[in-house]
Amino acid sequence: MNLNTCTAHELLDLLKQGKTSVGEIFSSLLTAIKTFDGTVNAYVRTARSTEAAPDAKVPIPVSIKDNINIEGWETTCSSKILKNYIAPYDATVIQKLRSAGIPILGHTNMDEFAFGSSTETSCYGPTRNPWDTSCVPGGSSGGSAAAVAAGEAIWALGSDTGGSIRQPAAFCGVVGLKPTYGRVSRYGLIAFASSLDQIGPLTKDVTDSALLMNIIAGHDTMDSTSAEVPVPDYTRALINDCKGLTIGIPKEYFIEGISTEVKEALEGAISVLKNKGARFIEVSLPHTEYAVSTYYIIAPAEASSNLARFDGVRFGLRVQPQKPRKSAIVDMYEETRDRGFGREAKRRVMLGTYVLSSGYYDAYYLRGQKVRTLIRRDFDTAFEHCDAILTPTTPTTAFKIGEKLNDPVSMYLSDIFTISANLSGIPAMSVPCGFSKSGLPIGFQICAKPFAEEMLFRIAYTYEQNTGWHKERPSLKAGGL
Amino acid sequence: MITNTDLQYISALARMSLAEEELKPMAEDLSSILDYIAQLQKLDVTDIKPTSHVLPLKNVYRDDSIKPSLTQEKALSFAISKAKGAFKVPQIVDN
Amino acid sequence: MSILTQKDFETVIGLEVHLQFSTRTKIFCGCENAFGKEPNTCVCPVCLGLPGTLPVLNKSALDSAIKTALALNCTVNSYIKFDRKNYYYPDLPKGYQISQFDFPIGHDGYLDILVNGNPKRIRIHRAHIEEDAGKLIHDNAEGCSLVDYNRTGTPLMEIVTEPDLRSPQEAYDYLTALKLALQYLDVSDCDMEKGSLRCDANISLRRAGETRLGTKTELKNMNSFKAVKAALEFEEMRQFRVLATGGTIVQETRLWNEDKQATFTMRTKEEAHDYRYFPEPDLVPFIVEDAEIERIRLTLPENPQAKCQRLQKDYGLSDYDATIIVQDRHLADFFEHCAKHSGKIKKIANWIIGPLLKELKDRRCSVKDLSLKPEQFVLLVEKVENGDLSNLAGKDILITLLEDGSKTVEDLIEKSGLSQVSDDALLESIADETLKEHADVVTQIKNGNHGAVGFLIGQAMKKSQGKGNPKKIKDIIQRRLFNA
Repeated sequence: MNLNTCTAHELLDLLKQGKTSVGEIFSSLLTAIKTFDGTVNAYVRTARSTEAAPDAKVPIPVSIKDNINIEGWETTCSSKILKNYIAPYDATVIQKLRSAGIPILGHTNMDEFAFGSSTETSCYGPTRNPWDTSCVPGGSSGGSAAAVAAGEAIWALGSDTGGSIRQPAAFCGVVGLKPTYGRVSRYGLIAFASSLDQIGPLTKDVTDSALLMNIIAGHDTMDSTSAEVPVPDYTRALINDCKGLTIGIPKEYFIEGISTEVKEALEGAISVLKNKGARFIEVSLPHTEYAVSTYYIIAPAEASSNLARFDGVRFGLRVQPQKPRKSAIVDMYEETRDRGFGREAKRRVMLGTYVLSSGYYDAYYLRGQKVRTLIRRDFDTAFEHCDAILTPTTPTTAFKIGEKLNDPVSMYLSDIFTISANLSGIPAMSVPCGFSKSGLPIGFQICAKPFAEEMLFRIAYTYEQNTGWHKERPSLKAGGL
Repeated sequence: MITNTDLQYISALARMSLAEEELKPMAEDLSSILDYIAQLQKLDVTDIKPTSHVLPLKNVYRDDSIKPSLTQEKALSFAISKAKGAFKVPQIVDN
Repeated sequence: MSILTQKDFETVIGLEVHLQFSTRTKIFCGCENAFGKEPNTCVCPVCLGLPGTLPVLNKSALDSAIKTALALNCTVNSYIKFDRKNYYYPDLPKGYQISQFDFPIGHDGYLDILVNGNPKRIRIHRAHIEEDAGKLIHDNAEGCSLVDYNRTGTPLMEIVTEPDLRSPQEAYDYLTALKLALQYLDVSDCDMEKGSLRCDANISLRRAGETRLGTKTELKNMNSFKAVKAALEFEEMRQFRVLATGGTIVQETRLWNEDKQATFTMRTKEEAHDYRYFPEPDLVPFIVEDAEIERIRLTLPENPQAKCQRLQKDYGLSDYDATIIVQDRHLADFFEHCAKHSGKIKKIANWIIGPLLKELKDRRCSVKDLSLKPEQFVLLVEKVENGDLSNLAGKDILITLLEDGSKTVEDLIEKSGLSQVSDDALLESIADETLKEHADVVTQIKNGNHGAVGFLIGQAMKKSQGKGNPKKIKDIIQRRLFNA
């Protein structure tokens, strides 16, 4: 049996039955990484050994996106500017994993500072999609999604600012959950856009997602934006039935540019859920067409400020130019940031600085925040009529490496269905629901009201139990490209 | 739409010197994004309140009680350059 | 062409005061808010601005800020939020300062001051809280600068006046009054030497009668109120000379150089101030309920002006005495405690303003730092007034009481034998002996040299080993000399 391709709950059963050990699980993962990661490039660094406490509740190793601080580990956001920076503290989610006895397997690759939808902007080179290595895995949590899909990880954490968990989950055929804003502590997550970021699980199935959420969710006094809402046992929401549930289909999401295969897969999912008792209605989210624009004002604005601390003063990279230009300190700032940031990071910092700069604040940032209100209201209104909203996760399946790298607007539009959940703060999950003719995974997205993650788990679990997509595994060849 | 003067102003604010060859593509990229974003201008947002926080949280504080600080050694463990218990930077001349 | 004089111009000054709160911990993290520690020992991932860290507001800092705003008669906003002020400087670890932009703690307040004895109201434009930056040490020898982040995150309140001040002296008077009002609140040690109180100034000149403001310069780097005044005087003269000779003022920041007693243009030219303020996404808004404002208002102490008036009214103190006593809130409290225990209020006040204040000044401390009990102080003053204790012995006992609060006046008198001899028979025999020994002086006196009486009293005091009640000795000797 390949332990590395098992789910966490399967491994827990095996451990309970004494059929395997944490050491065996760990070495099967290391072997998988050794065999496939030359091709996939999902990891930026791995633990040499992991030890789980003998009494650990859930001793299944987890992989962590490279923007979550692990004490004593290099934590770089896959950016040159943070290379060699050793984090002196643990993120709250890492503390929670440690107290559950979960060993850390490694840091996974990502778009630099989570700026991207393809994991191509990493300073460690692109991650490849395990289903087709000429394609991107999606992003920015592409390393986590690809590692889970490739059997190089049992389960993983990612972060989602505009779809960075759900879009790669859909592209790689895994389950990805962006929890309600405030559900999981952001303390220790290197901020991209503080009002949008959330940490969430990427797993092989819905049960694992619930298990991991049970561990990472909850209020944190170190995060002022963390909610004091009790955390339920999410595994109790794993009910194979949708009787009495009303699911909304937003008419605005069936836009031009959405592929026929994605559309068909979604229709298939709807009929599966209908058979299990769900009632479907049409809902309207009229401001959907403004979501991408709103996002590309608010997210870069916050990012431009969040990235100001990467200045060469204290940690990471410092470069002093040969020829003095302004003053020694300003030269140091400018050269460090010029050399340390990649092209997309620079684009976003420039864009964010521009929309906040004197004379433009009202036209861009303030207006963006007002439209954000309209987008939120759309969901509030829709949820008066339904329990959940079903949409495609992405308009298409995974695109080719390099295809959109030089066309930012087209890249940004690949997040068109996922961005609204971040702007509104609501929880949303991507669930595998089939494959394209060329064998690339397709996912659908379910959204629910704030703190109604249980609704997502129930619908996703029902779907999963009545289909078999989550059991599919890619057939990767060993070795390099 | 984005002029070279704009770019210079913004890059100085953002403390990012752009190489000569970066200017044109950056101006093009930013212009195409701003062109796209311009669609927001057609929405009427009069009387709409801005959203800075999606959750209706308020009054989140902590008590005024001391928590242990890092030791000087740990605080400087990741320093690029250090001297005399402090982070060392190029000389700043004010007056 | 007429020659312009300084009288043709009006000076307009506005001040920005930064006040550090002396909360136990910093504003957004649990590090100790301490001064004078080894560099980078009061720091944590949060105040070092390490990637991934988040701020959480210290409730005490908010309370201190509301208290301060109320004491300055500000309207306290019921909706308070924080904003990021973005700029780069090595002492600012995050590349932005968490500050307040459009919803500060308070606005539209005032402080009443005396200008040449006449009351004047200085309007407060706004008062907001923010985090302090770290400290830069310039090492010229090594050609580098060193950054210590201990100060980073100290709660700071910025108090901005309207341009209501009309002279450097007025600015000085405002600062003095402000400092006193702030000291009464007990939210800060208000120590300029430690940087807990700092002041920047804006100054412009305009032709007398003009209502529009002239071009201003911003003055920084003044380390005392005297320096603020001197810098403003220098700048007032500099601007006058420029304007009087037809020049124009350049809007700029100028640094005060204490050694040269002059202001200089800052050499590092910053680009246009474009701080790109936006709401801090890591902190949620704060709603201050009216009940909360009233709760804090109740904790406000009587302000120094009101206290000064009341001490005169309730205790019959002179304006002079009351003014001195209210310079220290704790001294005024001490006075009132004493006054409740004694009928000799004037004497108490004299002893406070005199010997006690001298001792406090020598020790550079406040009466609250010492364990002097008001009842003991009253007893001491009364003993001296009754003649049980000489003035000198009284002062000695005061010093002992200041040093050891467990001692009582009675114990000290007994132990040291400082008690004054008032026994009439004993004093009479001492006086008689003295007169006998100095018969020649007695003769001189009887011949009209009355000045020598003092000599005899001195000799008698000496004979009593300093313990004789000088008033009684004087009475006896005079009786013997003139009534006999």
